[in-house]
Amino acid sequence: MQELIDFISQPWHWAVSGFLIASLSILMTILGEKFGISGSYNAICTASGLGKKMRFFDRNLKDEFWRFSFIAGALIGGYIAMHYLQSDAPVQISAKTITHLKDWGIHYPSSVSENLGYLPTEIFNFSNPKGILLALAGGILIGFGTRYGEGCTSGHAINGLGHLQLPSLIAVIGFFIGGLLMTHLLMPWIFG
Amino acid sequence: MRNLLFALLGVFFGVLMTKSEAISWFRIHEMFRFESIHMYGIIGVAVCTSIPVFWYLKKRKTKTLKGSLLAYKPKNLNVTRFLSAGTIFGLGWALLGACPGPIYVMIGGGFMIFGVVLIGALIGTFLYGLLREKLPH
Repeated sequence: MQELIDFISQPWHWAVSGFLIASLSILMTILGEKFGISGSYNAICTASGLGKKMRFFDRNLKDEFWRFSFIAGALIGGYIAMHYLQSDAPVQISAKTITHLKDWGIHYPSSVSENLGYLPTEIFNFSNPKGILLALAGGILIGFGTRYGEGCTSGHAINGLGHLQLPSLIAVIGFFIGGLLMTHLLMPWIFG
Repeated sequence: MRNLLFALLGVFFGVLMTKSEAISWFRIHEMFRFESIHMYGIIGVAVCTSIPVFWYLKKRKTKTLKGSLLAYKPKNLNVTRFLSAGTIFGLGWALLGACPGPIYVMIGGGFMIFGVVLIGALIGTFLYGLLREKLPH
């Protein structure tokens, strides 16, 4: 058993990860739902009672209930992976990226106590007002963008492209336009 | 039973997102700087695996366990809509290094600041609900 846990705890190769994501998406399709996470935002808004005030949120929650189960599972999965399947090896990002981030004063966290390269916690923490503001602003962009475009990375980039959908391809091109603008024009101004 | 199954798939998803490092802010930043193959590899393999499988399942007229024919309900092609919506999402994705799935996984992993991100995402969803009639679809 310990050997199995140790085996799973190593960082997973991208080819293995990609194959497993496809398997999950295919399995969910066979179960009769569409692999897509951002649809849960609508479901939460409906559950909070917004459906009475706005027609867009007036949905039948029974059809959406699987989303709540899936999210609850994802939260638990994140907890399990972070606490019980932790590898001592930090996320192996490229040396070039690490060097470039130093110019922004972001140092690469490389030990267990420093979150193993998951998040620059010197920016995103509760005692940094700028970080909280960025978290809120980024969240609004994500919520608005994924609902207007009816899908996020899972729905468009994985599932939609898997079904050869042109709207999904256009959405993914948009993801990259936005991502490149943020990374190369806005972030140097925000963090530089 | 069905809900338990989706919860278990969710657990698998959470572990997968963490161990694949797709939830890492640094991985996303590196991707948008074209300094590693990692994220492109994940998405590329996922798409290349899905295409032939979905094609085959549709060709065989497979039914889902809900009883309907396995099919993708096409979305109305509106370039302005998908390009602008995608761009707005992309801005947030690159800034926070997380898309909607990883937001939940990061909260579960103990990065509580992503609770703020989730609140933001729900505000964004609400704003979309408000402005929906005025946007091109």
